[in-house]
Amino acid sequence: MTPLLEVRDLDFAYGDVQVLRGVSLSVNAGEIVTLVGSNGAGKSTTLRNISRLLRPRAGTMVFDGHDLTRLAPHQVVALGVVHVPEARRVFPEMTVLENLRMGSYIASARAERAKNIERGLMLFPRLKERIGQLAGTLSGGEQQMLAIARGLMARPRLLLLDEPSLGLSPLLVRTIFDTIAQINAQGTSVLLVEQNVYQSLRIAARGYVLETGRIALSGTGESLLANSEVKAAFLGA
Amino acid sequence: MAVFLQSALSGILIGGVYALTGIGLTLIFGVMRVINFAQGDLVMVGMYCTFWLFVLLGIDPFLSVVLTMPALFLLGALLQRTLINRVLDALPQNQILLTIGIGLVLSNTAMLVFTSDYRILSTSYSSSSVALGVIRLSTPLLFCFLITGVITAALYWFLVKTDTGHAIRATAQDRDAAQLMGVNVRFMGVLAFGLGSALAGAAGALVAPIYYIYPQVGGAFTLKAFVVVVLGGMGSIIGAALGGILIGMSESLAAVYIAADMKDLCVYVIFLLVLLLKPSGLLGKSRM
Ligand SMILES: Nc1ncnc2c1ncn2[C@@H]1O[C@H](COP(=O)(O)OP(=O)(O)O)[C@@H](O)[C@H]1O
Ligand SMILES: [Mg+2]
Repeated sequence: MTPLLEVRDLDFAYGDVQVLRGVSLSVNAGEIVTLVGSNGAGKSTTLRNISRLLRPRAGTMVFDGHDLTRLAPHQVVALGVVHVPEARRVFPEMTVLENLRMGSYIASARAERAKNIERGLMLFPRLKERIGQLAGTLSGGEQQMLAIARGLMARPRLLLLDEPSLGLSPLLVRTIFDTIAQINAQGTSVLLVEQNVYQSLRIAARGYVLETGRIALSGTGESLLANSEVKAAFLGA
Repeated sequence: MAVFLQSALSGILIGGVYALTGIGLTLIFGVMRVINFAQGDLVMVGMYCTFWLFVLLGIDPFLSVVLTMPALFLLGALLQRTLINRVLDALPQNQILLTIGIGLVLSNTAMLVFTSDYRILSTSYSSSSVALGVIRLSTPLLFCFLITGVITAALYWFLVKTDTGHAIRATAQDRDAAQLMGVNVRFMGVLAFGLGSALAGAAGALVAPIYYIYPQVGGAFTLKAFVVVVLGGMGSIIGAALGGILIGMSESLAAVYIAADMKDLCVYVIFLLVLLLKPSGLLGKSRM
């Protein structure tokens, strides 16, 4: 079976500073795959290459038979790959509802807009109470919910999530991880970047460990949880 | 009191035009972070379009807005596609040089084609006025303001109610996040420059019956549009609308109460005061 997303030998540099060195990873249809690693390892950079906000120096990226390196960011979205970026990035001067409508901006998502907004609000009832409020005035946790809900509006086939649990209360972290598992159960494949290594390996089918721009380890979620290097580096054991 | 009301109201009416050029500038800046120093020259192009449509085809200047706006939209979109697009990632000073250059080419082309003669567009109602109690307001100025209001309201509706309008605002607020929603931000740039130019064209059409028309007239409009935008807070449309009206009013009051040739000075004094006291502009951070 060919994977839904296949990234091979990705090289990327910010100017002269090489950040990614031969990164290869894949996501099969229906999987949650997690990419973990310490701060500055290059996780966000990897996602930004896949969604084409950045252009790799070398390497290939294929999604469902489409060569992503030939596309502009908006064309990647049209294929069904949606990137929920680090630090939320909601549109601050737009209301919650307007943000959700932006999530279903692409032509193929507009027909089901009302239904998808309804579904998103069911996933995060808190957003429903804030529907007319400017997104910039929401709390950090609410903004994170909005960012994820907005990412679901186009009913993506592959969701790229960058640190969805960052800066949230433990209770909210649980909710977010449960939600990710729930979204996945409804048929969306997920590439999850996280600092919360334990939680993300727990819900992931497979995982990759990124160390200063290289894939240092990979395996099933369970095997990585049991791995002594992973335990020492990330799980405080 | 009547004199005060008279000049304040006239100032507000002409301020509508400053608002229109300012809104165009702020729209372009908001979406592309490029300051269009050719904005006033696009107003000039709009004035000449209106002038010739009137002289050659007898089309009323206020009606010709419906022709000038699409024409200037196309001109703006073309400028963006061919020139501005290339400097989006360049240093700000290079972008400024480019837009100043475009302005110079426009005004010098106008001089070549139309000579530097001052032209006057006079209609049957040019010198008529409407009485409002003790004050009289010039009919062309009144028309001008009404149409400005309609255009501004239509633009506001477009930005707040339509998907494309949302995409323009999203691009202005967070360019990368907009791309991640599937917005083609390059196209939004073309659209914003087209719309900004169309607003300049509309302003040109509306002032054609009021101002002298000559190739260098754009400079004053660029400067005022810039003041209006900074006053209102860069990127804020409501701010630009308020800024335009404020500038029009203070100009007009200064001409009456201080001296006619001091009105520009007063405008800049107010401008500097606002910058000193509230550097983010009257409406602060508020973006589109
Ligand atoms: N815009 C940028 N310009 C230059 N260097 C950057 C930029 N963004 C990130 N980096 C550097 O690239 C490396 C990887 O960053 P990033 O992908 O954000 O890591 P992670 O998401 O794993 O924390 C870091 O060393 C970071 O300092
Ligand atoms: Mg990161």
